[in-house]
Amino acid sequence: MATESPVSSPLTTASTRRRSRATDLARAGTTSPRRRPRNDLWLALIFIAPASVGFAVFLAWPTVRGIYLSFTSFNLLTPPVFTGLQNYERLVQDSIFWHSMAVTVEYVLLNIGFQTILALFIAVMMHRLTKSTFVRGIVLAPYLVSNVVAALIWLWILDTQLGIGNEILSAIGVGRIPFLQSDFWGIPTIAFINVWRNVGYTALLIFAGLQALPEQVYEAGRIDGASEWKMFWRITVPLLRPILSLVLIITIIGSFQVFDTVAIATQGGPANATNVVQNYIYNLAFGRFQFGYASAVSVALLIVLSIITIIQYRLSRSGESDLD
Amino acid sequence: MTSTLPPVVEPQTTRAITTRGGPRPPRRKPSVGRVIAWIAMIAVIVVTLFPFYWILRTALSSNGAISADPTSLLPTGFSLGGFERVFGLQSTKEALAQGGSGAAINFWQYLLNSVLTATMITVGQVFFSAGAAYAFARLRWPGRDRVFAVFLAGLMVPTIFTLLPNFTLIKSLGLVDTLFGIALPSMLMTPFAVFFLRQFFLGISREVEEAALIDGAGKVRVFFRLILPMASAPIATLAVLTYITAWNDYFWPLMVSYTDSSRVLTVALGVFKSQSPQSGTDWAGLMAATLVAALPMIVLFGVFAKRIVNSIGFSGIK
Repeated sequence: MATESPVSSPLTTASTRRRSRATDLARAGTTSPRRRPRNDLWLALIFIAPASVGFAVFLAWPTVRGIYLSFTSFNLLTPPVFTGLQNYERLVQDSIFWHSMAVTVEYVLLNIGFQTILALFIAVMMHRLTKSTFVRGIVLAPYLVSNVVAALIWLWILDTQLGIGNEILSAIGVGRIPFLQSDFWGIPTIAFINVWRNVGYTALLIFAGLQALPEQVYEAGRIDGASEWKMFWRITVPLLRPILSLVLIITIIGSFQVFDTVAIATQGGPANATNVVQNYIYNLAFGRFQFGYASAVSVALLIVLSIITIIQYRLSRSGESDLD
Repeated sequence: MTSTLPPVVEPQTTRAITTRGGPRPPRRKPSVGRVIAWIAMIAVIVVTLFPFYWILRTALSSNGAISADPTSLLPTGFSLGGFERVFGLQSTKEALAQGGSGAAINFWQYLLNSVLTATMITVGQVFFSAGAAYAFARLRWPGRDRVFAVFLAGLMVPTIFTLLPNFTLIKSLGLVDTLFGIALPSMLMTPFAVFFLRQFFLGISREVEEAALIDGAGKVRVFFRLILPMASAPIATLAVLTYITAWNDYFWPLMVSYTDSSRVLTVALGVFKSQSPQSGTDWAGLMAATLVAALPMIVLFGVFAKRIVNSIGFSGIK
């Protein structure tokens, strides 16, 4: 694009204007740009230096160190002592660990199951009923507060003696349910609290995907006389598959890492009924100062998450978007 | 990375194409399905919003009245005692009398701590990630795309896995129980922020940039005077999202802080809850504390609602 010196961008000064005239003349004749270096290496290094330090020091190195620590015994006060596979042998026989994995899987299934279905439902309703930002904002509101806040408010609402949730239940004759003190209801309740908090965000993700779907397909469907329900199943769901699989990957990975809600609402109780993996890791590390073993459990969780991600990725690739 | 990109999110412009010339279709009564859908939507909104109101209602009640009348929809035994306890404005005797725990609480301190850490994290993360994003998007240097791929791989590591090793690192740096120690790991960048901004920078038209470069401006100047102002919208969005995430963080600040000096609101709430008096939980005080902790984010959300809501999408995320 030819630039005339008098017509300049806000960044030029009188001196650069004079210089650019010479540059224009030079460039007109030659093909090798001597003024502008092709290689921005030094500049780039400066630009990415802080971020690279952050990446290396707080992301890459800890990942490696975490794996290393899993092969040691480490109580924070004295340097780590290499113990080989001892932690992993203990892990395999640790019934609390396996129980916590089971509890976590139960949580993830309930949480993601309900959350995804509800989010899809809400997204479709918003898409068909109202596109207002106000409604979307309301739906997103619980996502804005911390897990701690969400846990506390539902702890109160579902309190066995005084919570309004149980008051309503006893009024309609179902009887009071000790939601967060029972080993049966513990995990489902935690799952529900997190659904309440996250469903808005998930719904908006799906909503964004819905908005990108072409109207013509629905037009054609309506002309052919298809009902809303049928169009939903035959058109919307298949077209949403890539979005849904991406949403699922993100939410499942996040769901496995649940900690805050459990720490506030039940502390893993009663009797390990809600002792999710991350809670167990925390207690091992900061309650019993067994950093080495805690790292081993973390690695186990990492492996589980990696396997799930791979499986999901494979499953989602087997169905490419029908829009292409 | 798969080659099928989900469509870029556009603002709502898809409307059914209506023909001008023909007769208008008669206005149908809302179908049963639509009514049911609206009822369901309203139910969702109620379940979503009721807990917020309930926090307010409980915070403005007194513990005694709550025990007597747990279902009243309006604050019962109206009192500001909860808030007084939260801000340490009640004597121990008063606090115990009203069902509080009598422990000293320091919420102004916690509020300040939250503000400081969240601000440090947001300013640092956004600025440094923007620099890196610019380097990946607009600068030319050998190995650029490979290094970016490495950065992206960082997205794959579950955040939680790095927490324990980061703790040992912060400890050996002597930064335990400091606000800086809380902020440091996320202050320099996150893979998401770099990715997010790079996507945007890639989309900035090259012509304006080329014009500035030909006119003699260095790339540094282009970055500060041209690119950053042009990207002010996504940068602001990223900043708001980062601030909210940093404010609501619980697990990491819990690990790092031992005393009030570095305690943030989320951790303080947990401590408040665990200080429940024998006579039963101080619900009014707890809900007042919850409200104080949640309010700044609610206000922030109110101000930036449109921006936040519209930022949730998939623009080229694959």
